[in-house]
Amino acid sequence: MEVLVEYFPAIVAGFWTTIGLGALVIAAGLSFGMVLAFLRAHRVKPISALVVIFVDIFRAIPPLVLMVLFYFALPMIGLEMSGFVSAWLCLSLVLAAFAEEIYWAGITSVPKGQWEAARSTGLSHVTTLVFVIIPQAVRMTIPPLTNRTITITKNTALASVVAVEEMLNVAQTAQAYSANTSPLTLAALGYLLIFFPLTLFTRWVERRYAWKR
Amino acid sequence: MPAVSDMPTLLSLESLHKSFGNLEVLRDINLSVDEQEFVFIIGPSGSGKSTLLRCCNRLEEPTKGRIIFDGQDIMGKGVDINQVRQQIGMVFQSFNLYPHMSALGNVCLALKRMMKLNKVQTEQRGLEALEAVGLSDKARAYPNELSGGQQQRVAIARAVALEPKLMLFDEPTSALDPELVGSVLEVMRALRNQGMTMVVVSHEMAFAREAANRVIFMDEGEILEQGPPERLFGSPEHRRTQEFLKRISHH
Repeated sequence: MEVLVEYFPAIVAGFWTTIGLGALVIAAGLSFGMVLAFLRAHRVKPISALVVIFVDIFRAIPPLVLMVLFYFALPMIGLEMSGFVSAWLCLSLVLAAFAEEIYWAGITSVPKGQWEAARSTGLSHVTTLVFVIIPQAVRMTIPPLTNRTITITKNTALASVVAVEEMLNVAQTAQAYSANTSPLTLAALGYLLIFFPLTLFTRWVERRYAWKR
Repeated sequence: MPAVSDMPTLLSLESLHKSFGNLEVLRDINLSVDEQEFVFIIGPSGSGKSTLLRCCNRLEEPTKGRIIFDGQDIMGKGVDINQVRQQIGMVFQSFNLYPHMSALGNVCLALKRMMKLNKVQTEQRGLEALEAVGLSDKARAYPNELSGGQQQRVAIARAVALEPKLMLFDEPTSALDPELVGSVLEVMRALRNQGMTMVVVSHEMAFAREAANRVIFMDEGEILEQGPPERLFGSPEHRRTQEFLKRISHH
């Protein structure tokens, strides 16, 4: 109990770091993924090829390896960044890569007739994409996208290896000093507190935007 | 029915060809459509009628040939095809309404983006267009809440709201239950009476007989025969036209 009281403030601080990192990863990853899918939707071969290469690379490398690489190897070529920034960058890039694939699947599954109807009224390629195709694509992609988002956001725990004072790191330190597992239990509860509402929220979003064809 | 032969030409296709790979879908099509004319295209499936229609606004890119619309070569360099398409309305067999927008939203999207009208003007024109197809009470309804006939009328309103000079109809009633066909034909008849130039691909022969100025019979990518409906249906000259008309009259 004393252990809990002693380390509670530190774990709360870690809790907020985890939330902050997670929120930044979701915001950057989902929007950058959309930018990539948008670029690919122009079907210009060299651009599509670059997007596909980016996506395949960042889907292939484990986030932990990437994070360690960014934090320890990039300084050697003069690119130094804090643990927080490297964790944020890595997870955002990985999420962007997966999100791009999911958006792209959504975009290509919108029936061709939707393109034709919009283009036949004189709308440009970009206007059609923004107002007709992407809104439908995003709705179709909500279930896989939310799953992937949760999976990758949970990887914020990996940031403990690059010295980010997020919740797992704080709890592990506390556990080491106190030789007691209660800080870890507290951290587990903390993760539940973050991700359980998130899963509920995504279920709500899925229902809200589902519609009959 | 007014004589329309003295009207100026609105659309002309000159030696139009279209191939998909090795498959030649259109061969040397020559066709001109006068203002206010109602042209009906019939023919067996796979004869190239839909492709021909879709070439007129370059949804399908012709392989060879010229398309002159309203005095402009729309295949030419520097043509703003989006500007041209705004003048050519198109209605599809499968309606293709935007499922995430209300009926009014469907009609207003291009109005808003293409016409640069303000919100109030856009809505007003959208509502007028819906009223013209008898659906002003469904303005807020989503496509999945509408019957097929209603959806197709919204699709017509979406095209007509842009005040096009030409309307293309690609089998507009083929996906409809028989009892809903009449409401769509009614709207097309009204458009025709207002002097809209129309090119229609359809199997509604009774409608062609009643309303068309000219019926065109296509087979294997070519125009085989054309003429006023009474002539083409009454005494078709080409053997394949006779066979086709005989086949469909058994339905």
